[in-house]
Amino acid sequence: MRPADLLASSWRAIRTHKMRSALTMLGIVVGIASVVLTVGLGLGTQKDVSEQIAALGSDLLIVSPGSSTDESGMRGGFGSGETLTLTDADALASEVAVPDAADVAPEKASSLSLEYGESNWTTDVTGTSTSWPEVRSRDLLYGSFFTEDDAADGASVIVLGAETAEELFGTTSVVGQEVTIDGEALEVVGVLAEAGSSGETSLDDIAVVPMTTMVERLDDSGNSESVDTIYVKAASSDSLSAASQETTALLLNLHGIASADDADFTVEVQDSLLDAATSVYEKLTVLLTGIAALALLVGGIGVMNIMLVSVTERTREIGLRKALGAAPANIRNQFLIEAMILGLSGGAVGVIIGVGLALALPSVLGSTIVVSGLALVVSVVVAVGIGAIFGVYPAARAARLAPIDALRDQ
Amino acid sequence: MTVITRDPLDVAAPVIELSGARKTYHTGDIEFEALRGIDCRIFPGEYVAIVGPSGSGKSTLMNILGCLDVLTSGRYVLAGEDVSQMDEVALASARNRRIGFVFQQFHLLSSLTALGNVELPLVYAGVAPAERRERAMVALQRVGLGDKSRNHPGQLSGGQQQRVAIARALVTEPAIVLADEPTGNLDSHSTRDVLGMLDDLHAEGSTIVLITHESDVAARAGTVYNVTDGQFVGAGTEIAK
Repeated sequence: MRPADLLASSWRAIRTHKMRSALTMLGIVVGIASVVLTVGLGLGTQKDVSEQIAALGSDLLIVSPGSSTDESGMRGGFGSGETLTLTDADALASEVAVPDAADVAPEKASSLSLEYGESNWTTDVTGTSTSWPEVRSRDLLYGSFFTEDDAADGASVIVLGAETAEELFGTTSVVGQEVTIDGEALEVVGVLAEAGSSGETSLDDIAVVPMTTMVERLDDSGNSESVDTIYVKAASSDSLSAASQETTALLLNLHGIASADDADFTVEVQDSLLDAATSVYEKLTVLLTGIAALALLVGGIGVMNIMLVSVTERTREIGLRKALGAAPANIRNQFLIEAMILGLSGGAVGVIIGVGLALALPSVLGSTIVVSGLALVVSVVVAVGIGAIFGVYPAARAARLAPIDALRDQ
Repeated sequence: MTVITRDPLDVAAPVIELSGARKTYHTGDIEFEALRGIDCRIFPGEYVAIVGPSGSGKSTLMNILGCLDVLTSGRYVLAGEDVSQMDEVALASARNRRIGFVFQQFHLLSSLTALGNVELPLVYAGVAPAERRERAMVALQRVGLGDKSRNHPGQLSGGQQQRVAIARALVTEPAIVLADEPTGNLDSHSTRDVLGMLDDLHAEGSTIVLITHESDVAARAGTVYNVTDGQFVGAGTEIAK
């Protein structure tokens, strides 16, 4: 029997039972579409997180109060969570002690209510130094960041995130306007360009003021020296680990701690965050893919079911074909190819639906879905494979039918 | 009717040669002997009818002759080939090349046109599409259905369907046409039609084996074998025309 005739024969059998073939394919369609979607969603989320972390700066050290080596999370004599000070930040900025650090920006944040006319908006107001835009890799949309003079004087100036400006003023072009925090009037000197979101918190809902302004006029925590975080930007990503060691050594020295194990601060490298996030999302992708694979398995069992029914129903046809000279292999191949065509068509339709949803869903869900070409090709191959694997048993049964019994079947 | 005896020397080699043909079925512990030693020779151009009541073993004999089943013991030589020891694949090939089946229920595939049905044995023989379309068309014209080649079985009458089946049996130019109760599902008009067609084929030189339980159908054949309890009763009986 010629291969083209074999293919034509299988194709005709599928077309003869359109409804049944469509329903059989449905299982594969759902399975493949969910594989495409879940893999895409996993990859997309991974990409989002990577970008957010990269946006923070890949050559960045984050120094936080408290120790990660202690189970309580805190250590030291300055009081819980207040072990980092402005003095630390100034020392870190020294080129002698930390030659591999390019810039240092301490942050002291407080959730405060901003007012403009009738509207008010509560956001994290951060006090910091002039090197903040450089260290945090942020650009300005309008105006400029506050100056060294502003920082030294504790000037009444504020830089708003795009979202914060939008919420307060209904527009982002607000340079020169005035906002009030706890009765203190502050002039908006700049608006930050959008940077997206980092997990739960938006990087665009933020207000930045000079550290002096924060400490002297806005913060009422009573501890004027302590800071929440010190960001140290390494001279380059190659010097990141050197900068990390220098930072640790300097802070241990300043805090009078002998062993790094007793440190009352934590120095984190951005890369390790990236690695951790990547590994989490790889696990997530594996999990989602596992679920989708289960859906495919169910689809495959559906194919086997229908093929078995089909063999029973077409017993007479099989008998006739055998009487006319079809060898067992001819019959087996016909059913096997039928199952594979069902798998292929189901896979193709599933890929189309999966890609369609991948294009449509991000606008609804707000998450990125990455459609990987490799995943699509693998999906279709897997669909055909499932057709073949689950078609083997029904095809073997069809091939084994004795022609006389088959012909006699009413 | 007269009992005939043949001189094997004065005719061509037999198309069918059965010797000591036995077929035993096993159902659990019960053995059933369907064929109990049949000897039979059928020569090219003969028109043979095999008659017998149901349960006589004539269906078993038809399955053996059609290479649909194999003997428990004995020998079956078809067109010079010993098919009694053949495996399934070789039997399929033997059916394809040597036998043209005509069944009581026509057994046409409803998804194929008349032409497609007639082409089917050639598909399994691996004949190229152009050639098999031409040969199938010739076969359809031979049974007078050249104008119905594109019709599906559902659009044809019972008699026409059986004629398509006859065309399908002829298309491979088989050693024998094996017709199993070919008129069992037909009205009297179509019965005459189909039997007339078998007569014509016989006149044109085809070897025909007809299995039936109707004596008036058997009367068309040149030779009648009576099967009872898995054995021939008497030798072949020549019908006086």
